[in-house]
Amino acid sequence: MLIRHPDAILPSEITPPEIYRERRRFMQGMGALAAGTALGTLDDAHAGIKLAGVRTSPYTLDEARTPFKDITTYNNFYEFGTGKSDPAENAGSLRTRPWTVAIEGEVRKPKTWDIDALLRLAPLEERVYRMRCVEGWSMVIPWVGFPLAELLRRVEPTGKARYVEFVSLNDPKQMPGQRSRVLDWPYVEGLRLDEAMHPLTLMTMGLYGEVLPNQNGAPIRLVVPWKYGFKSAKSIVKIRLVEKQPVSSWTRANPDEYGFYSNVNPQVDHPRWSQAKERRIGEFFKRDTLMFNGYANQVAQLYRGMDLKKYY
Amino acid sequence: MGAVLRNPKLWIFAICLLPLARLIALGGSGGLGANPIEFITRSTGTWTLVGLILTLSVTPLRRLSGYANLIRYRRMLGLFSFFYACLHFVTYIWLDQFFDLAAIARDIVKRPFITVGFSAFVLLIPLASTSTHAMMRRLGRRWQHLHRLIYLVALLAVVHYLWLVKKDLTSPLIYGAVVVILLALRLPWGVRLMQALRGWGAAVR
Repeated sequence: MLIRHPDAILPSEITPPEIYRERRRFMQGMGALAAGTALGTLDDAHAGIKLAGVRTSPYTLDEARTPFKDITTYNNFYEFGTGKSDPAENAGSLRTRPWTVAIEGEVRKPKTWDIDALLRLAPLEERVYRMRCVEGWSMVIPWVGFPLAELLRRVEPTGKARYVEFVSLNDPKQMPGQRSRVLDWPYVEGLRLDEAMHPLTLMTMGLYGEVLPNQNGAPIRLVVPWKYGFKSAKSIVKIRLVEKQPVSSWTRANPDEYGFYSNVNPQVDHPRWSQAKERRIGEFFKRDTLMFNGYANQVAQLYRGMDLKKYY
Repeated sequence: MGAVLRNPKLWIFAICLLPLARLIALGGSGGLGANPIEFITRSTGTWTLVGLILTLSVTPLRRLSGYANLIRYRRMLGLFSFFYACLHFVTYIWLDQFFDLAAIARDIVKRPFITVGFSAFVLLIPLASTSTHAMMRRLGRRWQHLHRLIYLVALLAVVHYLWLVKKDLTSPLIYGAVVVILLALRLPWGVRLMQALRGWGAAVR
């Protein structure tokens, strides 16, 4: 049989992250040896390090977590190629130190943070969120980070700040996928200020209790669990508070298909496919997609009175 | 036995089964990745398109090489395209939608890329079912006319691929270019080009 029902997988068959990474390192080592070059031995050096002092949070979903291996080998991260396995194969060239994140625009205290200072800015929490891709698949992922609100409060947004724009790294040397013009680089995403301040919106630096792997958006990314995955910008270098609604990369690429809001909504189809169901990675049967990805109780009030078919 | 092994049909048959063998091997070893159903759907779709392209290459290759015998392998290539199209279709109906007929019907009506892919599949059915010698004889000249449907099928298959990708059109455009070239070679100037190339090759030799 080609497809195994999840129940049929013994717990002993699931590779723990440490062993998986061990194997991966071994194979990378072999690959590097074979190539006769160390290739800087991949800046992956940080990934795999345990993050200290991580607290569990009430936002811990009681659903089976997607295995580490699937979360780190099945990615959409066009900066490293458009194939699902491209990011895992190519993201080794990303250097996550030194790294800074500039926060600017409509704020009283603009500041450029060093990534290591950001890691100590607020207590790190583990949050187990659903992740729903606009393509129709989903995962359950234990992220580590702190609410974006913690960061935004410290820079004191002015009265003019209505939106937040996130800008990802633009460096084709580190991100080989950027040599192709498949999207306008750098990758830009945006949220309304109240969405950005929502307690569910997470600045994320870790996965499964460890430093975020490069292919998942290291060293720092956004996670907005009630929106389609592409709204959660990766490898962020700049956060701007702005007056006007930013134009995100996917909206620029195809405004009819990818709107600014892009809230998970089973009733509003993508023009080319249905969004009513999703395939949870690791499961055989499709499951129903939930309104706001199951976070309606927490976020529905943000959109009260809005026509979600119009503001898709 | 030796004569059987020397028959190219046997080898072509075996080679045409390799993509399926690979899927089975990967499935057995957990090598289909995080989303096995997507992998199988993509793979069977790709090999259907490759099969169509190989089938469409036979006539230009004959004109170019002068090996009239090549025609003997065309039916097998065409039937293998249909075989992979069936696997692709069954993957969608069974593994992807799990026989949710209402959802499948909605998909076919509402999703242009599925409408196009489904049409291409349906159009292949009369071609596969009239592929026997008996049917060729019975249909006579009409057989040839009927089997020109493969031109349309190949174009629909490319459109199906183009419309399903999110952004990166590179791969469907490459397949599309190959199909367009193979169809253009059937136009009068294409036929003349093939003949001229063959004449030139013969003169050089």
